[in-house]
Amino acid sequence: MSQPWRTRMARSTSVALFVVAWQVASVLNRRYQYLNPILFPGPLDIVRAAWDEAVQGILWRDIIASLARIFQGFAIGSIVAVPLGCATGYFRRLEDWVDPIIELFRPVPPLALLPLFIIWLGIGEVSKVLLIAFSTFFPIFLNTTEGVRSTDPLHLRAALSLGANRWQIFTNVVARSALPGIIVGLRLGFALGFFVLVAAELIAADSGLGYRIQESRNFFLVDRMFVGAAVIGVLGFTFNVVLRRLEEFLLRWRSTIVQARA
Amino acid sequence: MGHKLEITGVRKVFQPDDGRQPIVAIDRFDLAVDDGEFVCLLGPSGCGKSTLLNIVAGFVRPTEGRVTLDGAEVSAPGRDRGVVFQDSALFPWFRVGQNVEFGLKMAGMSRPERERIADQYLDLIGLRAFRAAFPKELSGGMKQRVAIARALAGDPKILLMDEPFGALDAQTRGTMQDEVTKIWAATGKTIVFVTHAIEESLLLADRVVVMSPRPGRIKAVLAVPLDRPRSDVAPDFVALKAEIQELLRERRND
Repeated sequence: MSQPWRTRMARSTSVALFVVAWQVASVLNRRYQYLNPILFPGPLDIVRAAWDEAVQGILWRDIIASLARIFQGFAIGSIVAVPLGCATGYFRRLEDWVDPIIELFRPVPPLALLPLFIIWLGIGEVSKVLLIAFSTFFPIFLNTTEGVRSTDPLHLRAALSLGANRWQIFTNVVARSALPGIIVGLRLGFALGFFVLVAAELIAADSGLGYRIQESRNFFLVDRMFVGAAVIGVLGFTFNVVLRRLEEFLLRWRSTIVQARA
Repeated sequence: MGHKLEITGVRKVFQPDDGRQPIVAIDRFDLAVDDGEFVCLLGPSGCGKSTLLNIVAGFVRPTEGRVTLDGAEVSAPGRDRGVVFQDSALFPWFRVGQNVEFGLKMAGMSRPERERIADQYLDLIGLRAFRAAFPKELSGGMKQRVAIARALAGDPKILLMDEPFGALDAQTRGTMQDEVTKIWAATGKTIVFVTHAIEESLLLADRVVVMSPRPGRIKAVLAVPLDRPRSDVAPDFVALKAEIQELLRERRND
């Protein structure tokens, strides 16, 4: 991911200019009172609010609560989706049985099911974790089956003529061909899981970053609402970078890496 | 002793899914190949030469007829037949060495043993220095050399090559033809080589099987009694080339 310094300069400067402009706007706003300054905090106000939250310890508790949910949900979702996706892509017979069910559930936005999950599983962690698992399942499953199906028939023939049996073909050829698709699915799944996490916490939680935004709203602590949003953004950004690094490492044999955006 | 490879009365009919007329890809095909012989299947595209190779490889089942290798009937792909495809079909996620070792690993051979054998074949194709490279780092010609080494590493009884140099530029192609002649001489393998290029078949083969299309049949089998290395400007070469051109032209007037 080594970009030329010119690119990196431009990108950093762009962010820096944005932050500076925001700070200037917020200072001017405080002086001339276009908006109520409480509604429009500047970057420094937000840093100060974040500092307070960190000192009080609630920031870490929120981050840990949110991360625990996303990781558990994401893990459950992937552990179910990857093997099922592999099997469905590999065995044509199974495809005709599994596909219709998937297509039946896929168009339902996961959040529409949140009330149902809460009624079934209560307001605690289980309902949120499983909702995240449910929402991460689809992109991972679909990209995995797609990856398995994209196996080059020539590679299958080559492996057969080199004496590989069905299981060896699966582990050495099919799973390897599917890996790029699986990784794209994991990234999309994680992004969607993150989205569902925050929304679920806004609606039904007593901890976590989404909950903190909602609670800050009730107490009219606009700067803390910004802290919540900013921390969510930083976490999402960080995990995306980590997943991309992992992808670059695992797929270093590829000539080009597909840039999926979501 | 019988022949190395025997193809007897092979016919292949493809039945299109949409209910159109069945296509007879190959009809009444008989051919016997001797041990250590280099045979080229030559014909225009659509003459069924690749289909025939796929039948010998075991990827495709013939509608009628049979193929035997050392007297045993061929019914599925297997490591007794090494295959080199037009697009190298190297596994891009494996390094060059892992590709060459693939068949040996599948057979459960220990790592030192298969590395030793892989090195031997990497030496043969002159690419030992690229053992740790990924296929994407190789040129087209190098990839095909690795594909040949991979097919040979399991010591198959026969090497099947399906237009292996069709996608290469003319110069690389010439180098590869020399290379395959050298490998053939060094290993004594029986080779069946599919091509649509007349010169290529005459540069390489002991015998050229000229095929005609729709349905794919043997038009003629020509022995190439020329010493190697061959020159494509030698009078005998040019004469044979003209003969084959004539055979292929006749087809169009049928």
